[in-house]
Amino acid sequence: MDLDASPMTDRVNLREELEAVGIEEILTQLDRELIGLKPVKTRIREIASLLLIERIRKRMNLTTDTPTLHMSFTGNPGTGKTTVALRIAGILHRLGFARRGHVVSVTRDELVGQYIGHTAPKTKEVLKKAMGGVLFIDEAYYLNRPDNERDYGQEAIEILLQVMESQREDLVVILAGYGDRMEKFFASNPGFRSRIAHHIDFPDYSNDELLAIAELMLHDMNYKFSDEAREAFTRYIAARVTQPLFSNARSIRNALDRMRLRQANRLVADLDRMLDADDVMSLQASDVLASRVFLKDKS
Amino acid sequence: MRVTQGCFSFLPDLTDEQITRQVQYCLEKGWAVNIEFTDDPHPRNSFWEMWGLPMFDLRDAAGVMMELAQCRKVYGNSYIRMSAFDNSHGWESVRLSFIVNRPKDEPGFRLERHEMAGRNIRYTTKSYAVDRPEGGRYG
Repeated sequence: MDLDASPMTDRVNLREELEAVGIEEILTQLDRELIGLKPVKTRIREIASLLLIERIRKRMNLTTDTPTLHMSFTGNPGTGKTTVALRIAGILHRLGFARRGHVVSVTRDELVGQYIGHTAPKTKEVLKKAMGGVLFIDEAYYLNRPDNERDYGQEAIEILLQVMESQREDLVVILAGYGDRMEKFFASNPGFRSRIAHHIDFPDYSNDELLAIAELMLHDMNYKFSDEAREAFTRYIAARVTQPLFSNARSIRNALDRMRLRQANRLVADLDRMLDADDVMSLQASDVLASRVFLKDKS
Repeated sequence: MRVTQGCFSFLPDLTDEQITRQVQYCLEKGWAVNIEFTDDPHPRNSFWEMWGLPMFDLRDAAGVMMELAQCRKVYGNSYIRMSAFDNSHGWESVRLSFIVNRPKDEPGFRLERHEMAGRNIRYTTKSYAVDRPEGGRYG
């Protein structure tokens, strides 16, 4: 464990310390790759600073116990909860608060069993896999089914709570889910709320941010919008946001995938044409405008 | 008499920290570390019982140590060993095993002589512990 390896000191150069652990790199990467999410980024910066100071205090022998690092992420679908969880794991690993820094992402299915005696081994298996890293429980409120008193979810919750308390230095648990339902979940499981130190709320993206996200995704895939396509896509976003089942960045990704499909179809339709790199890279307005979203808009 | 089998058995008993480091070494090699226990110390007893389910895909030794702590609670006065299973092609067998827990009192073995025809003698080693029935062997 690198915490113990670092020598005891009473003077620390903060800048050197920061560079040594290299979290600044992760934080700037977070700023660059994640668009919007201002409150989330501020919060993560705060947590990172706290942990950095905590690490120095440990070296100066001012503190011995591990801080509680369990978190809850609330926000609508597609607001980047999983992505941020991955980054948090990286930060914790660099600072020495998670030995391996891997993320085990689970939902109710992997934790709760189907018959008596099935739940405990199942939950424990997941916990063991996550030791040394971060356990990310997506849609955590499904663990608890208050309408069914024979539900095994409660058993999983009890094991989770016990390990969250007794093995704080081995495991960081992040619960994620939609805001209102998480609120209800915490209300019926007060044990969870008190064991979680950081509640982070993920806001929805604005239309401009969604466009920026789309551009970033396309850039990563080596595609680009033509000017008309960009203008059409702005209208697409405005229309899509008002429709049901909109899940922020995830919807944008799906929309882009469908546009790539239409672009490929359009190119293949004209077999006699010579294509250059620009043709294959750029999405045209027609690829965007063929979307079902615009159909609904008119009707 | 101290039973010596598996790795490190001629060394003093490993501390928990040493066990953790050994387990971590195994996990980093990609081996699955499992916990087995028995109260029959005969060296040819290859059938030890497994504690809980086999543990695949672990990244950190803390998970194994958690199970070991629970196993010790139940079988604290038996032999417990770690076995590291390598599932890679060509090995598919245990690569490393070492004892992590032993009874407080190990009565040792006796040598039995069977007199055969023509004054031949055959030898058998027998543990004093197995004279008592399973479960009650170490008090």
